[in-house]
Amino acid sequence: MTSTIGYISVGGALLLSLAGATLAFVGVRTGNPGMARLARRATYGVFGLATLAIGTMVYALVAHDFSVSYVAQVGSRSTPLFYTVISLWSSLDGSILFWGWIVAGYSAAVVYVYRNRHRGLMPAVTGTLLAVNAFFWLLLAWPANPFTPVWPVPADGPGPNPLLQNHPFMGLHPPLLYLGYVGMAVPFAFGIAALVTGKVGGDWIRAVRRWVMAPWIFLTAGIVAGAWWSYEVLGWGGYWAWDPVENASFLPWLTATAFLHSIMVQERRQTLKTWNILLVIATFVLTLFGTFLTRSGILESVHAFSEGLIGPFFLGFIALVMIVSLALVVWRSDELRSEPALDSIASRETAFLLNNLLFVAFTFTVLLGTMYPILAEAARGVKVSVGAPYFNQMSVPIALLLIFLLGVGPALPWRRGSPELLRKKFLWPTAVALLAGVILFALGARHLLTLFTLTLAVLATGLIVGEFWLPVKARRQNHGEGLGAALATVVNKNRRRHGGYVVHLGVIVMAVGIALSSTYRAETEATLRPGQAVAFEDYTVRLDSLYAGREPHRDFVEAAFSVGSGGSYSGVLRPRLNYYPMSTQPIGTPAVRTRPREDLYLSLMAYAQNGSTATVNIIVNPMVVWIWVGGGICVFGALFAISSMGFVAERFGGRKKKTARETPKPVEAGVGGAD
Amino acid sequence: MNKKLTLAIGVLVVVVVFGYFAFGGLGRSLVYFWTPSELLAEGDAAYGTSVRLGGMVEPGSVRWDAETQDLRFRLVDEGGIVEVQSVGVPPQMFLEATEHNQPIGAVVEGSLTREGVFRATNLMVKHSEEYRAPQHAGEKDEYYRELFEDQGAGDGS
Repeated sequence: MTSTIGYISVGGALLLSLAGATLAFVGVRTGNPGMARLARRATYGVFGLATLAIGTMVYALVAHDFSVSYVAQVGSRSTPLFYTVISLWSSLDGSILFWGWIVAGYSAAVVYVYRNRHRGLMPAVTGTLLAVNAFFWLLLAWPANPFTPVWPVPADGPGPNPLLQNHPFMGLHPPLLYLGYVGMAVPFAFGIAALVTGKVGGDWIRAVRRWVMAPWIFLTAGIVAGAWWSYEVLGWGGYWAWDPVENASFLPWLTATAFLHSIMVQERRQTLKTWNILLVIATFVLTLFGTFLTRSGILESVHAFSEGLIGPFFLGFIALVMIVSLALVVWRSDELRSEPALDSIASRETAFLLNNLLFVAFTFTVLLGTMYPILAEAARGVKVSVGAPYFNQMSVPIALLLIFLLGVGPALPWRRGSPELLRKKFLWPTAVALLAGVILFALGARHLLTLFTLTLAVLATGLIVGEFWLPVKARRQNHGEGLGAALATVVNKNRRRHGGYVVHLGVIVMAVGIALSSTYRAETEATLRPGQAVAFEDYTVRLDSLYAGREPHRDFVEAAFSVGSGGSYSGVLRPRLNYYPMSTQPIGTPAVRTRPREDLYLSLMAYAQNGSTATVNIIVNPMVVWIWVGGGICVFGALFAISSMGFVAERFGGRKKKTARETPKPVEAGVGGAD
Repeated sequence: MNKKLTLAIGVLVVVVVFGYFAFGGLGRSLVYFWTPSELLAEGDAAYGTSVRLGGMVEPGSVRWDAETQDLRFRLVDEGGIVEVQSVGVPPQMFLEATEHNQPIGAVVEGSLTREGVFRATNLMVKHSEEYRAPQHAGEKDEYYRELFEDQGAGDGS
């Protein structure tokens, strides 16, 4: 029964998206608005069927209906409800279903929001999105069908991969990543629509802004939350290992970030048209590539991938997307011709161009390191992996240049800057940064790269703070406003810009956290008897007890450690090893005590069978929490920026709300001032 | 025209320098994934190369000195045996399996020294993302059964 509803909804979504895509492109060709309207309704229908499909699957999971293949694969009666629901994305078929549902949701949302606007572009946008939908529903109807009936019906299942039910964060970062990943289909559809209609000027750029910001916010939050998850779960005290799965989420983020910046150049200077189209195509292709990489089994072996149909399907679709897109770019090459962008070296255009080159170089670096093992195995039959040194050696200089630019860029004016203006903006930040460098050196910072990073961070922070401070100062002088009122007016006058600067500040905070935690991390291992203590760095760690326990879905062995500094103990940390019924291997859960200055991170490595000793890995990780805080600042800044774009601003009058929160007295919005 | 030429040369230089560092860095950071027999077949070229060596732990070969944290064992496959030495406490699962002489795979990271000993900086018990049902699932809690006696503390997780 459940399988039947699943089949009907998946098959229906496939047929409806195919029909809708055809109607939409007939509408583009004939200019018939009736066709566009039908295609729009088809989009809503696809979303309805997709929701039915995913609802059926969640129901099957919760009801432990093991006659459904996906439930038989990942379900188990002993798994707690929360992990049962989120096992929706713990394995291949379910995550493709999740992909399909989200892309249907995004499609319906964009078609609804723009139902009366961008009439020239929307039929082709609808058609492209429905074509993407059709691909995923085809996967779900055929090689990745999660609703295949199972006979005989098993009494119980194995439960999801133990690593994925070990921490509640698993309910958070995969959906965020998917919302980010899949959302990149929308800007891609706008890019294709611009090419198909030949309207490659400003309209599609204006229409696409918020539709690239929204998935960008999800992707950023998802990447940071994923790093946090691996820090809290994997037990090695790190958060980023340049693992192919991590790289897969990072690659489209890089190109999407480049795109967010380069569209500003096109808005302002009507240039970089081809470049923007190529970036948006690249972003979408990289999301497909990332899904392919993580879901086809190709990472384990080139040969594993050729056993299933998923891999060839994805490669075929990626090839199709690239061929069609590039053919359209060539076809529209006359319309895409732009004026050269540069008037002067010291201008914001230069900063944007360098930023884009760096992001593309970064993308290429990560792509090369991620692809190399696969290519080497396919071509030469050798199993090889690319070590973290390659990624670090390449990415550190690029990242440092980007931090330099994210401070300098906002301070540079469009077209060309006068020497007086540059002096006014750069003098103080440069002086403060140099002073900070000297002070840090005097305080004993001898790691040159870190010292340089921190100095750059101070410089960039100073420049960005100046972008807030200088107009605030001018307003206070000209209008006699208080500090809070002046700040609110300045910020609200251009939320997109100032939100962007807040994102830059968040990136700086993250960079400082990354630099300090990777340089000054200290680690040791100790085997302790109950009652015995070990001193490490400023801490004392004492083993109190070692015990086993039982939870519905797992057994665990846990060690309680009193931790403190000097002679006194200020808390207890309980790292543990979890034993899942269907896994030979215990899965550790580290215990972390987070403080602003540093984290104390304990992993239980081993214990003696009779409980006489426990071996603990102790890691002191400075400033790690600032990586998550910085990520939060980035998300907040981006939300603030997007609050001025369309929907939110129209519906909720975001401008007034924000003003009221920051200043008690009413401020007239939109008063002109110094900027 | 001259301006364009300068720009083109500039871009070319940047690309070449970037490519040099990228591919050079890549070459130095490669870690080969070999089995014991593949490692031995490399001959002299194997010395000092960064390798992830994967094989089965030879039953009974494990020598673990808890005082010095010195761990020695042999990794084997069909065609070769490699002596491995590492420092640090091995993962719980490694200890459990080797204590019961159960077959277990391991992957070690490091390189082969001239003395013919593989010096490992990292030891991982072999597993894949698609995990398999264990052969010894029923016996597993044998290992930590004694620790259950302290149930009172066990509830406070």
